[in-house]
Amino acid sequence: MAKTKAVVVGGGLAGLMATLKITEKNIPVDLISLVPVKRSHSVCAQGGVNAALDTKGEHDSIDQHFYDTVYGGDFLANQTPVRGLVENAPGLIYAMDRMGVMFTRTSEGLLDLRRFGGVKNHRTAFAGATTGQQLLYALDEQVRYKEVLGLVNKFENWEMIDLLIDDNEVCKGVVAQNLATMEIKEFVADAVVIATGGAGMIYGRSTNSIINTGSAAAILYQHGIPFANGEFVQIHPTAMPGDDKLRLMSESARGDGARIWTYKDGKPWYFLEERYPSYGNLVPRDIAAREIYDVCVNMGLGVDGKNMVYLDLSHLPTDFLNKRLKGIMDIYETFYGDDPRKVPMKIFPAVHYFMGGIHVNWEHQTRIPGLFAAGECDYMYHGANRLGANSLLSAMHSGTVAGPAVVKYINGLKATAAETIGNLAEQVVKKQQNEHEKLMKMEGKENPYKLHDEMSDIMYRNATIVRINKDLKETDVKLQEFQQRWKNINVTDMGAYSNQTVMYVRQLRGMMDLARVIVGGALRRDESRGSHYKPEFPKRDDENFLKTTLATYKNGNPEFSWEEVDISLLKPVERKY
Amino acid sequence: MVNLKDVQYIKLKIKRRNSPQEASYWQDFQIPYRPNMNIVSVLMEIRKNPVTADGQKVNPVVWECNCLEEVCGACTMLINGVPRQACAALTDKLIEKYGDRPIQLEPLTKFPVIRDLMIDRNKMFDNLKRVRAWVQVDGSWTIGRGPRLAEKDQRIAYEISHCMTCGCCLEACPNYNAKSDFVGPNAIAQVRMFNLHAIGRMQADERLEALTDKGGLQDCGNSQNCKQVCPKHINLTAHIAAMNRAANAYVLRSFLDK
Repeated sequence: MAKTKAVVVGGGLAGLMATLKITEKNIPVDLISLVPVKRSHSVCAQGGVNAALDTKGEHDSIDQHFYDTVYGGDFLANQTPVRGLVENAPGLIYAMDRMGVMFTRTSEGLLDLRRFGGVKNHRTAFAGATTGQQLLYALDEQVRYKEVLGLVNKFENWEMIDLLIDDNEVCKGVVAQNLATMEIKEFVADAVVIATGGAGMIYGRSTNSIINTGSAAAILYQHGIPFANGEFVQIHPTAMPGDDKLRLMSESARGDGARIWTYKDGKPWYFLEERYPSYGNLVPRDIAAREIYDVCVNMGLGVDGKNMVYLDLSHLPTDFLNKRLKGIMDIYETFYGDDPRKVPMKIFPAVHYFMGGIHVNWEHQTRIPGLFAAGECDYMYHGANRLGANSLLSAMHSGTVAGPAVVKYINGLKATAAETIGNLAEQVVKKQQNEHEKLMKMEGKENPYKLHDEMSDIMYRNATIVRINKDLKETDVKLQEFQQRWKNINVTDMGAYSNQTVMYVRQLRGMMDLARVIVGGALRRDESRGSHYKPEFPKRDDENFLKTTLATYKNGNPEFSWEEVDISLLKPVERKY
Repeated sequence: MVNLKDVQYIKLKIKRRNSPQEASYWQDFQIPYRPNMNIVSVLMEIRKNPVTADGQKVNPVVWECNCLEEVCGACTMLINGVPRQACAALTDKLIEKYGDRPIQLEPLTKFPVIRDLMIDRNKMFDNLKRVRAWVQVDGSWTIGRGPRLAEKDQRIAYEISHCMTCGCCLEACPNYNAKSDFVGPNAIAQVRMFNLHAIGRMQADERLEALTDKGGLQDCGNSQNCKQVCPKHINLTAHIAAMNRAANAYVLRSFLDK
């Protein structure tokens, strides 16, 4: 057989880990990324990564990590893959340690552990409050070495705009566009890994980075690959309100002792500690976010009458804070001006993470052979709510599953994609060149950025913490109006070089499709489970809704179906904290 | 000092360029004043209505940004002549410091311009290859616990590991320019980080060899500008000094071993 090759789209933790695993088996990888991979959104993760290392004398265990993850996800996660995740965690952390991640240490030089939400043991390894940055850099360095060895070709500043799927429904690569020269080119490959992260930009302002539009996942969805559990969007309880971004203030602050409070009757009220005596400030995120919302919106007790409460670590020793939480304190001080060592921070919940995503099997392959998905863009590990510090874990872990699965798949092929693709690549490139020309000629009245603002406003209002069927229905109608108005966009940028607006117009179309998946899924799920909360249906309903939502693209609309959840290892019980 | 209450517009003077081959030109913009903005949110406002201060309809300004919280390094540019991240450049603070005059935005000058404020910093990543900025593990597989690391070494290395490869230090360095071979303060500091790690240390000599080579430590003129502009407050000059000592020891050792 001629030379094989894989393409990885996305250079965050999942994509880099998959790249490493594939190249370790000497299969070369073309790595496509919107930004230099070192600037990927994984860099924003702060608090840490979970693994039952049990180095604090608490008898922490893989079993307990498994239980906490499934229970925290309100039993919507498939249990067999979750079991793989938690079993792999300790070895994965140790491997990252060997690669030079500067984890925070104990006095005897071992990895220190902190507590996180929904967990009673110390299970979270961390590098101050910049753990994502440190993990990403370590993998970036490893992949750079593979680049020097000639096994990785980076295509940074390229955007995937289409897939190469042949008549037999087999994936043979992708088509991508150079964001500087605007060249459109095929990347023929024997297997493709999509590792493109979440889609927080659908909501405009979130804790996510600018590139997290979900447009790559939307391309898969448009090709008929189902998007699973789209309605499960994590709202992080503690983010800084901001004009352009809602900057995350890590859960590790509470893990290390920070308290949430507001004034009631003139006195500080530690409402999470009062309402949840067992977990206190470390209840899972869906619960903390709902409680803060309740206190601010329903009770009108937000700080200064605004939608904000205090996240307070000013009672903790400065040395301790500087060692463990400097990363987030710097962000708060830079963007707000106050020193969190001295005054409590003001925070409010914000859109943070997509539990749902591209539907894959347990080896992270989509229903198209040769097409894999890993990281936040898949739906695999977190069910209805993700526990803090499980995302860095699932991002890396899914790369360690998808990478070897790609190798196995490629080794089983009888002929390479290059040998069998025919003229498919030319056809798709041509089609996308025409599409680009068409987009460049859009001279309507709508400014794409303003249209996005309108969409994100209504999504924020109706598809976040509290969901009401009437509002969801209205939102879906609105979204269809936006899809019509999209056709009347004015591209505004006539530049033939590095035209960001024309790419953004493409992304916006994808965001609109996925917004409808979120809203449609939420509308149909008449229960409350994890992050999905309907006051009209306040209880979890296992009889009708212990199932994965699948949205499939049909004639421009999402069509919904459901799939059984794997509950082979742990019987669902009521979730109480 | 300007009273923010009297400010009606946030004014910008932006150095633009349509493509690498074309010449640069300046354009003025203004948007109605709002409190608590930063340079990224101002640029986002402009692209919603890309019109210059004198009413001319133009292409929206192109710039790089991603995380908007000063950890990815993408949005680095010259803001009133200072290299820094646009997201962390708060307009209220700029107006308080510089007054009501237009805030001047330019691309970094030491890197090729792609368009407007967008630059190509690939050379920085290439320099990381020159100094072998990675721990050479046998593989990513699970082989048990990693090496212990003393807290005091971790603290030094953790500071260095915040480097975003943003380019501020190179922009400020008088010994670095677009044609220079100098690996730069950031790459030298990275060597210190890898040489502190128990496995990384096993390739310490290879990295020190790179630093004693052309474009290495000898190109540092000790102007100390790098430390002044580092947005992550990495004590670059201290790390360069430490690497100078290590490199001298290495050279002496190599000489004696011959």
